[in-house]
Amino acid sequence: MTDSKYFTTTKKGEIFELKAELNSDKKEKKKEAVKKVIASMTVGKDVSALFPDVVNCMQTDNLELKKLVYLYLMNYAKSQPDMAIMAVNTFVKDCEDPNPLIRALAVRTMGCIRVDKITEYLCEPLRKCLKDEDPYVRKTAAVCVAKLHDINAQLVEDQGFLDTLKDLISDSNPMVVANAVAALSEIAESHPSSNLLDLNPQSINKLLTALNECTEWGQIFILDCLANYMPKDDREAQSICERVTPRLSHANSAVVLSAVKVLMKFMEMLSKDLDYYGTLLKKLAPPLVTLLSAEPELQYVALRNINLIVQKRPEILKHEMKVFFVKYNDPIYVKLEKLDIMIRLASQANIAQVLAELKEYATEVDVDFVRKAVRAIGRCAIKVEQSAERCVSTLLDLIQTKVNYVVQEAIVVIKDIFRKYPNKYESVIATLCENLDSLDEPEARAAMIWIVGEYAERIDNADELLESFLEGFHDESTQVQLQLLTAIVKLFLKKPTETQELVQQVLSLATQDSDNPDLRDRGYIYWRLLSTDPVAAKEVVLAEKPLISEETDLIEPTLLDELICYIGTLASVYHKPPSAFVEGSRGVVHKGLPPRTAGPAPVCSGTSCPADQPAVIPTQGDLLGDLLNLDLGPPVSGPPMATSTVQMGAVDLLGGGLDTLVRPSFLCSFSGSSGSFTAAPSTTAATNVGAALGSGLGDLFDLTGGVGTLSGSYVAPKTVWLPAMKAKGLEISGTFSRQVGSISMDLVLTNKALQVMSDFAIQFNRNSFGLAPAAPLQVHAPLAPNQSVEISLPLNTVGSVMKMDPLNNLQVAVKNNIDVFYFSTLYPLHILFVEDGKMERQMFLATWKDIPNENETQFQIKDCSLSADAVSSKLQGSNIFTIAKRNVEGQDMLYQSLKLTNGIWVLAELRIQPSNPRTSPWDSPSPGRAGGSGGGGGLSPVPASLEPSLCEWCCVLLAGVAP
Amino acid sequence: MVRTMQYTLHCGDSESGCKTPVVKQSSLEVTCNWKASGDPNPPAALCLPSKVCGIWRRNAVDAFRVNVIHARQQVRSPVTNIARTSFFHVKRSNIWLAAVTKQNVNAAMVFEFLYKMCDVMTAYFGKISEENIKNNFVLIYELLDEILDFGYPQNSETGALKTFITQQGIKSQLQTKEEQSQITSQVTGQIGWRREGIKYRRNELFLDVLESVNLLMSPQGQVLSAHVSGRVVMKSYLSGMPECKFGMNDKIVIEKQGKGTADETGKSELGSGKQSIAIDDCTFHQCVRLSKFDSERSISFIPPDGEFELMRYRTTKDIILPFRVIPLVREVGRTKLEVKVVIKSNFKPSLLAQKIEVRIPTPLNTSGVQVICMKGKAKYKASENAIVWKIKRMAGMKESQISAEIELLPTNDKKKWARPPISMNFEVPFAPSGLKVRYLKVFEPKLNYSDHDVIKWVRYIGRSGIYETRC
Repeated sequence: MTDSKYFTTTKKGEIFELKAELNSDKKEKKKEAVKKVIASMTVGKDVSALFPDVVNCMQTDNLELKKLVYLYLMNYAKSQPDMAIMAVNTFVKDCEDPNPLIRALAVRTMGCIRVDKITEYLCEPLRKCLKDEDPYVRKTAAVCVAKLHDINAQLVEDQGFLDTLKDLISDSNPMVVANAVAALSEIAESHPSSNLLDLNPQSINKLLTALNECTEWGQIFILDCLANYMPKDDREAQSICERVTPRLSHANSAVVLSAVKVLMKFMEMLSKDLDYYGTLLKKLAPPLVTLLSAEPELQYVALRNINLIVQKRPEILKHEMKVFFVKYNDPIYVKLEKLDIMIRLASQANIAQVLAELKEYATEVDVDFVRKAVRAIGRCAIKVEQSAERCVSTLLDLIQTKVNYVVQEAIVVIKDIFRKYPNKYESVIATLCENLDSLDEPEARAAMIWIVGEYAERIDNADELLESFLEGFHDESTQVQLQLLTAIVKLFLKKPTETQELVQQVLSLATQDSDNPDLRDRGYIYWRLLSTDPVAAKEVVLAEKPLISEETDLIEPTLLDELICYIGTLASVYHKPPSAFVEGSRGVVHKGLPPRTAGPAPVCSGTSCPADQPAVIPTQGDLLGDLLNLDLGPPVSGPPMATSTVQMGAVDLLGGGLDTLVRPSFLCSFSGSSGSFTAAPSTTAATNVGAALGSGLGDLFDLTGGVGTLSGSYVAPKTVWLPAMKAKGLEISGTFSRQVGSISMDLVLTNKALQVMSDFAIQFNRNSFGLAPAAPLQVHAPLAPNQSVEISLPLNTVGSVMKMDPLNNLQVAVKNNIDVFYFSTLYPLHILFVEDGKMERQMFLATWKDIPNENETQFQIKDCSLSADAVSSKLQGSNIFTIAKRNVEGQDMLYQSLKLTNGIWVLAELRIQPSNPRTSPWDSPSPGRAGGSGGGGGLSPVPASLEPSLCEWCCVLLAGVAP
Repeated sequence: MVRTMQYTLHCGDSESGCKTPVVKQSSLEVTCNWKASGDPNPPAALCLPSKVCGIWRRNAVDAFRVNVIHARQQVRSPVTNIARTSFFHVKRSNIWLAAVTKQNVNAAMVFEFLYKMCDVMTAYFGKISEENIKNNFVLIYELLDEILDFGYPQNSETGALKTFITQQGIKSQLQTKEEQSQITSQVTGQIGWRREGIKYRRNELFLDVLESVNLLMSPQGQVLSAHVSGRVVMKSYLSGMPECKFGMNDKIVIEKQGKGTADETGKSELGSGKQSIAIDDCTFHQCVRLSKFDSERSISFIPPDGEFELMRYRTTKDIILPFRVIPLVREVGRTKLEVKVVIKSNFKPSLLAQKIEVRIPTPLNTSGVQVICMKGKAKYKASENAIVWKIKRMAGMKESQISAEIELLPTNDKKKWARPPISMNFEVPFAPSGLKVRYLKVFEPKLNYSDHDVIKWVRYIGRSGIYETRC
């Protein structure tokens, strides 16, 4: 009766004794011995030495003994592959046993032994078993194909098992069908490209029929497989949905969640006007709520999924707020998830209830939970404007409790509320200041300092408060130090008279006594700003901040769509795509939701139907980070670029000219050290400029005729940068122009969606020349559907710098109330030619000589029939200045210079050949370096060199123009 | 899918386990990796033929033990990812059941399977305890082998499993060919939960309507949330393959029928109070034909033999709250609390509620409590930080009261007492949702017994779920 005695033998010589027992004649004794062996194996003892003896027991009629031996084999076959071969015969024999249970057992076990030699022998028995008359054997064999595929995929394909497996989908037994589907799905997952499952309306119909008949687990396999199917039109999607909905009443939560997955995915294809769509939405809510009465672990899985569903389709659960109220004895993981969903569902209709609950939670015991509850109150204030006042007073009540972490959390969220509703709740500042001493967490301290700095003019003793923080400046975390620096500068700008000393103190602390590059550079920038142009400083530091958005922690839409395809699985629990936690090739297949169509949709097979993705910009992550920083991050004084510039500058200085091509000049001058200017030019970089210039010059010559005007530089016609289909209906077209010294980006925003767009914002990624918007994107009225607005966005070149490839590549992020969109565009280089680009003749001559050959590049511009003077004046319009002109052998030679915004000089020689279309024979560049030319023009090699005396980069352009 | 899933039965005292370094002796793990594909690194496996599999398995178990079972902090999630390996666990008393995977498996399915495994084990050997697991480890291996293949759960109905896996070992010798094929067709068949050829002398069935009523009430007596989660449990002793049809006072069905015979139903049901109830949602045992329920809202099925849970349901409307709790807490100075709690029973006076227990939380710094109650017994339990008031029976429409004086020790703790809600337990002989069984018809065309010959019993039990009133 009891097996526990097997665990008790610990004496020495045990193995030897077992050996004797295993070889005993008595069946009972043998069985006992094998049980002991298994018991030892279970607790982790090494009993592999008994391998031959155990295998000897395999030849038996006793099914129980056989199972035990098989168990042993699965564990140790790998360690004794040669011995394992002894077992093969018995396996093969068992596969022919009249008893179907034994046949199935043999094939099941063989599939679990990962020894090549055994695998070879598995094929024949497996083939037979796949066609066995008994469904029990067939369903076991179906899974065995998946096992074999995992060991040796090639073998499975060569032996044609996949086709047999496919045939099993039409089997008469529902369990065989389910296992075959499971096996095929598993194999298909490791072969994303193969068309293994070959789902078509006929096979789908079979699966749907089997769905009604098989076990609960089989239903899960089938539903998971259905979720990968892409119906060809909305009608098919609807008919599948109709047949899947009954599953929502299944007692097994996994069946319900898998059914929800299928419905959520196919719903995407249904038109919202359809009656059925509304019915389906209504049907989804009750089963989701029912999942919450399951066991806590399942509740957790369900809640993580509901979190996704609420983000995707908030309408489903919008009336179900109450079921997410936290129960006192819910496990903490359930509580935290419920809280998350409560915030998402909060709306004007239910805010009173939610707030009452949240206040209740804020007095609970679990610190994490309490903090989250407090934070949730803040989120409610930001999300539901009508409730803001009540939220603030609730938070004040909580601050009165003086519970340390509650107070700190409350201050952090109040800071956000201030940002959302500026100048509304400042009356509470006094209460906040009372709690200054109790703040010991960096985030709370930083938030408090921000508040003091931001409202310095209303807090009488702001200077004292900030000064008190300054005492332990070096012990603070970076977050607090940065905030303190900014706050004191703000204070100084607001009350310059009394706080001069304080600002001096903090600037010296930040720049001289700190080894944190961020802090030091922000310090330098402020210092520089304050000392050169206090008005600009005011504009930068006290700039109007963009409002923060209502929702936080939203999952990025493409990821959300992908995760919806993974409802019920681990990916939906972690809120991460499978590739983030699965090793190897499996699960890398990107899943996407089907596009909403009324007509036929492109039929994609299997799992591989990637959603229409926007053009991916390589550093999307950075961009996104930057944008988020702009919107919701800890408040940064002034435009966010200020900080990033600092970081970039620091890297540059340390980099010693690795990337010196694009060093912003102002950084060079104020760092005070000139050591890094001796760096040698990198030739490739220079050529890049040449290439970019070359393509730009083609435009400048304006080959199409006289569009270019003398008053300004050439402006290319607007092109579409961001097509509407990639940006949820927002179309952006535009061009760049330079007019009297200022660069601007001329945009046309067109709303091609059905909803009104508002809250536009724009941000550039770091780029070669530090282009950045000089003002926020101002769209005054919300953009109605089918409306366009033209905007001229002024740009400056003080943004942060990163070399791009191609050099004039610009990555842009545009945000509106719907989403964030990314696109990249190439800007013409001539917008960067500055007005003072005329070099002195002497200097020109000296520089020209010093340019090394490898910095030259040559272009040829054809089909241009302008005279030398006309060319000269046209180019001057674009800030390319003619320094000298001469005539050699009937050819006009123009010597020209231009200067880029970052101080790089480019010198050029332009040769105009009246008749001969060949390139200038002399001054030929290093062979093979004929710079690629865009448009229609080509320029000759560009010599570029470093002129140490000038501390500037020089680059000479030599161009030949052939008419 | 769940390919590299490995089921670990870990038993052992988690508290003592973390103190004693010799874990082996105080704990037992039955690691059942029924797929050698539990191998995490096939390439390495080729050059390391010695027990890579075993090592990994043990690694996984050890990782789980160190990071979850003996973790210093409270478990923050039932799913843990350690070194790209995901662990799912559920706990039954001091036994941890864990599943391991490296793939993106269906998480809901894994948990459902773990629960199912618990059910199966309980059905075989009773309570899941360390002792029982040690005593039945061979059986557990066999069960796992049968119900989980390569991470894919197979038929896990105990009724079917018990036909060929028994606690005394497998019935292999006795089986005839017919028996064998009967087993396999049942295990894989459409009606995998019932075998053919069941015979009873007396055809009998029992229906239990078990409801748990949940309430969260504000101190002012406002219902913050209330719902009933109910279950219909059926015990059937019926011969053959009986076709059953279950009917209850579901609003949708009644209204549908009402259109035809409005007068009739109106008269017959008016006397019994509520006519019909609105069911928010219900789920069914896998024997119920879901498509039929979806189209006609009729519940038809062939039941498993013996006991099973036919359906679960949830209602939120028109719930009869059997008790009302009226709390009154007064803080008298810093060292004294006065608590008065009144409970009112709210059902027919002829009915009796049983096992009534009211739990009134007390602050952590309580030094002494004096209690006076009109009925039942009340005690202060210091270890539970609560006053527990027990009443054996209470009829409907009655009222009872307890008052207590709580002495507090002065503390410096700034944090206020959280005032957990007052909770209540009870059992009442009716369904708080108002659900009524209307019929359960049995048809067995092949055997000669009719619906009238079946003896049917129905019982209603309403219990408290989480029944809390904030104070």
